[in-house]
Amino acid sequence: MSIPTDLKYTTSHEWVKTEADGTVTVGITDHAQELLGDMVFVELPDVGKTFSQKQECAVAESVKAAADVYSPISGEVVEVNSALVDNPEKINEDAFNAWLFKLKPSNASELDGLLDAAGYQNVLDNEDH
Amino acid sequence: MLKKTPLNETHREMNAKMVDFGGWDMPLHYGSQLEEHHKVRQDAGMFDVSHMLPVDIKGDGVRDFLRKLVANNVDKLTIPGKALYTCMLTPQGGIIDDLIVYFLSESWFRIVVNAGTAEKDTAWILKQRDTLAPALEITPRRDLAMVAVQGPNARAKVWQVIPGSQEATEALKIFQSTTLGNFFIARTGYTGEDGFEIILPADEAPAFWKALHAAGVAPAGLGARDTLRLEAGMNLYGQDMDESTSPLESGLGWTVDLKSERDFIGKQALLDSNPTQQLAGLVLLDRGVLRGHQKVVGQANGQEFEGEITSGGFSPTINQSIALARFANGVSPEDEVYVMVRDKKLRAKVVKYPFVRNGKVLV
Repeated sequence: MSIPTDLKYTTSHEWVKTEADGTVTVGITDHAQELLGDMVFVELPDVGKTFSQKQECAVAESVKAAADVYSPISGEVVEVNSALVDNPEKINEDAFNAWLFKLKPSNASELDGLLDAAGYQNVLDNEDH
Repeated sequence: MLKKTPLNETHREMNAKMVDFGGWDMPLHYGSQLEEHHKVRQDAGMFDVSHMLPVDIKGDGVRDFLRKLVANNVDKLTIPGKALYTCMLTPQGGIIDDLIVYFLSESWFRIVVNAGTAEKDTAWILKQRDTLAPALEITPRRDLAMVAVQGPNARAKVWQVIPGSQEATEALKIFQSTTLGNFFIARTGYTGEDGFEIILPADEAPAFWKALHAAGVAPAGLGARDTLRLEAGMNLYGQDMDESTSPLESGLGWTVDLKSERDFIGKQALLDSNPTQQLAGLVLLDRGVLRGHQKVVGQANGQEFEGEITSGGFSPTINQSIALARFANGVSPEDEVYVMVRDKKLRAKVVKYPFVRNGKVLV
């Protein structure tokens, strides 16, 4: 699958979308769901909770393993995708639309440090070796 | 360098996701582990289990040797082709491996041992042979492949593929086997479904696999094999038991014959032991997924106890997480216990396993 160019990425396989209102939407990449296999459980953070960059904030579990999801930037959780709790397989079906949570950034400049699609592709290419 | 089964190339042709499984390059799944799981419960799936090792034991007095070597009693094997599930124990009563013994004739028994323990087992068996029955001939059969075809329609699919197999195997009961030309066909498995485990010459395995596939049997990987065996409440060596655990504390008391006069390796240790722990089933009541090594806590007879999950995962058939766990004997089915999952304390119900058998949920 191609990597959407309108998103930003982390080396830990989260994707980040900056919304018009300044909040950011976070999910896990298609590569991450492929590594994990069939998803069976998602643990989402509580709305109102704040996380610093790279802090564990959610868990995505497949039949195979539990994977921590890290906050790509610092901020406060303003919304979570509760629909995923009953249908975690949405992540397998459409990882780049099956968002996990939205953050209100506390330091928007952290977004500049994230990878673009080409940079993330590089990370994947190096992982394959 | 990873070891490869005779079907390695075939798995790759079928786009399997390959993983290192104890030094073997094995298929984890061919796309979706969940779909493979359901296919086995509802129709028919096939597994390459050629990493497991058949060992032929031949000569006069094989039965006597096995009476001493394994914990279950091979005297239960009276009809040729009959199979027996058993543990092989250390003198201290720990489990060296669990295996199936097939009785072919009074001078030929075949055992099938786990992949990860194959070398250790063979060395142990040879050592026992040298002292107990030096004339016996013991042959590890790496020249053979093994395919498990499992599911409610598995036998019918095999009959379509192997000419003459229906006539040869239709009358086989569970845990019976027969030989048909180059094929050794046993009505055994590790999924809780009906089906066959078929041992055949390595070079015939790819064509056989492809013929089964053409007949509608879904290839299934180690991922589905694990969720199926967990639902079926079947122990996995190295996870639910090992040399530090006794069969009496691993839910395998039924496989140990302590009543007959027969002496076997580990018997005295088991007789002298005082088992205080059990292997029990858990069904998670809260949301989450149980995994191996998570801590289990609760109360039994007014006392706090602490135990551990040995195998846990998501049950695709029940659509809830289940586990096997080892903890104090006083805990009973229907009791509620807690499992520590990350920073949370999740509720789980103790159940008698199997969780699923022949497509039906039992808990």
